[in-house]
Amino acid sequence: MSDKKPKNRRDFIFTATAAAGAVGVGAAVWPLVDQMNPDASVKALASTEVDISSVKPGQSITVVWRGKPVFIKRRTQEEIDKARAVTLDELKHPEKDEDRVKNPEWLVMLGICTHLGCVPLSDKGEYDGWFCPCHGSHYDTSGRIRKGPAPINMEIPEYVFLNENTIKIG
Amino acid sequence: MSDSHYTPKSKVGKWFNDRLPLLTLANHLTDYPTPKNLNYWWTFGGILTFCLITQIVTGLVLAMHYIADTKLAFASVEHIMRDVNYGWLIRYVHANGASMFFLAVYIHIFRSLFYGSYKSPREIIWILGIIIYLLMMAAAFMGYVLPWGQMSYWGATVITNLFSAIPLIGEGITTWLWGGYSVDNPTLTRFYALHYLIPFLILGLVVLHIWALHVPGNNNPVGIEIKKPSNDTVPFHPYIVIKDAFALLLFLIVFAFFVFYTPNILGHADNYIEANPLVTPAHIVPEWYLLPFYAILRSVPDKLMGVIAMFSAILILAALPWLDTSKIRSAVFRPLYKQFYWILVIDVLILGYVGAMPAEGLYLLVARIATAYYFAHFLIILPVLGFTEKTNPIPLSISEPVLAGSAMATRAVNDDKVEINLKSLG
Repeated sequence: MSDKKPKNRRDFIFTATAAAGAVGVGAAVWPLVDQMNPDASVKALASTEVDISSVKPGQSITVVWRGKPVFIKRRTQEEIDKARAVTLDELKHPEKDEDRVKNPEWLVMLGICTHLGCVPLSDKGEYDGWFCPCHGSHYDTSGRIRKGPAPINMEIPEYVFLNENTIKIG
Repeated sequence: MSDSHYTPKSKVGKWFNDRLPLLTLANHLTDYPTPKNLNYWWTFGGILTFCLITQIVTGLVLAMHYIADTKLAFASVEHIMRDVNYGWLIRYVHANGASMFFLAVYIHIFRSLFYGSYKSPREIIWILGIIIYLLMMAAAFMGYVLPWGQMSYWGATVITNLFSAIPLIGEGITTWLWGGYSVDNPTLTRFYALHYLIPFLILGLVVLHIWALHVPGNNNPVGIEIKKPSNDTVPFHPYIVIKDAFALLLFLIVFAFFVFYTPNILGHADNYIEANPLVTPAHIVPEWYLLPFYAILRSVPDKLMGVIAMFSAILILAALPWLDTSKIRSAVFRPLYKQFYWILVIDVLILGYVGAMPAEGLYLLVARIATAYYFAHFLIILPVLGFTEKTNPIPLSISEPVLAGSAMATRAVNDDKVEINLKSLG
């Protein structure tokens, strides 16, 4: 149509009705969408305490936190040196080993490959760290991605040393 | 079509039909004029309908015994296998039925590709089919998670993690899909609910698919438009019904072979180990029908690009009616397209093979070449071929090559008629 009709009260009512309707539908749909997010019982399991007194140098244990595996690795001096000898420009996701640990001996990280979520195998791969069997990502002794499709280093969860022998994750 | 003129013979029938024209619909389906030259590749529509109904019926029965709870799911499936009367049979039919469903759908899709059934005026039928195919993959994936074995769990983890590749909102979406911080009980229960829902969505789409088919009518091996009804058509009943039924019987022999002689060959032994979130199986492989797309995903070294490539590989099919620029439908009259068609078939089989192999060394190289070729087929070869290919003359009607003896004999006669025919197609 070439000549626009002037806006009148009916146009206003149409717009107002549509807007109110959209808000109403949105408000009704949101609970249906949000019910799929983590519920209160899932959120309640947010932290885990781990006794690490029995782990010897070179050994690693896997604990479950929020349904995910967490690797707690007591690294040997050799492994620490190896992780620290790497320069940042060699890394796909540059992070210093110093920034990934609170105590150089203990590496605490989510044992989940950042590619598609498999659990990597320890002491395997071309960098003597971890190797993900699913799609061939290689991680070094600091859990940093070195080769393969994973985009970033394995994630470090929030944790604190409660005392010498206990770590609280989460 | 003479549908609107149909009047039931009986008084009761007429009374009913005036109020709800179900008898008119039945009459339309029986008398529906079908090209008389449909070959056995056209029987897979009926076979697929059978597969869908089989999955719904066996699934309903399994749902009476299955328990969607991470602590009980695995045991409840074993309970079905060992304790429930004929539980083993019903579960094996359901599990192998999924594979048979995909086998039939792949033949059905490649039939369309060969005979150009996706071309105007059948684009909507084709796109509805792609949506059905996508829903089938979603249903199959979620169904595979329900037994809560190792492959169930890790397959679910890998596939849901695909969404974490989306920038910014990816992590939030994955958490939302899981209902937690990893695949767990909330994930299992919602997958069960959706697995139950999707087949009915597919059923609805199948009705639309057939409705859209009945508007222009079937394509046929010659790929030309025909007058309906005419001496080029036969009524759907009894001609096509009997042919479909015979093909279904042959298909059921294959189906029964898998169910009764080798019910686990299409599955993975790892799925008879209960899910363990701390141990990933050494070699995660999806079910065979998803392997070509899995190969495409793994052939791209970047996570986000890999996911985009995988989804594009499916979605590109929806654009096919516009990517294929050739006016001739059937590959029978397209000598070059016919060759590229078979190369594509081999390419997809290669992708399926390397998808099952570890992603390293030669396998990875082959996967990359095959992936590149897959996209080149749709994005380069098909658009260009439509303009450059010299097609063979097409007959004016289905009856013509038959009545004139051999196809070669009609070809000479036909040469000057092709121009006209092309116009009528366009």
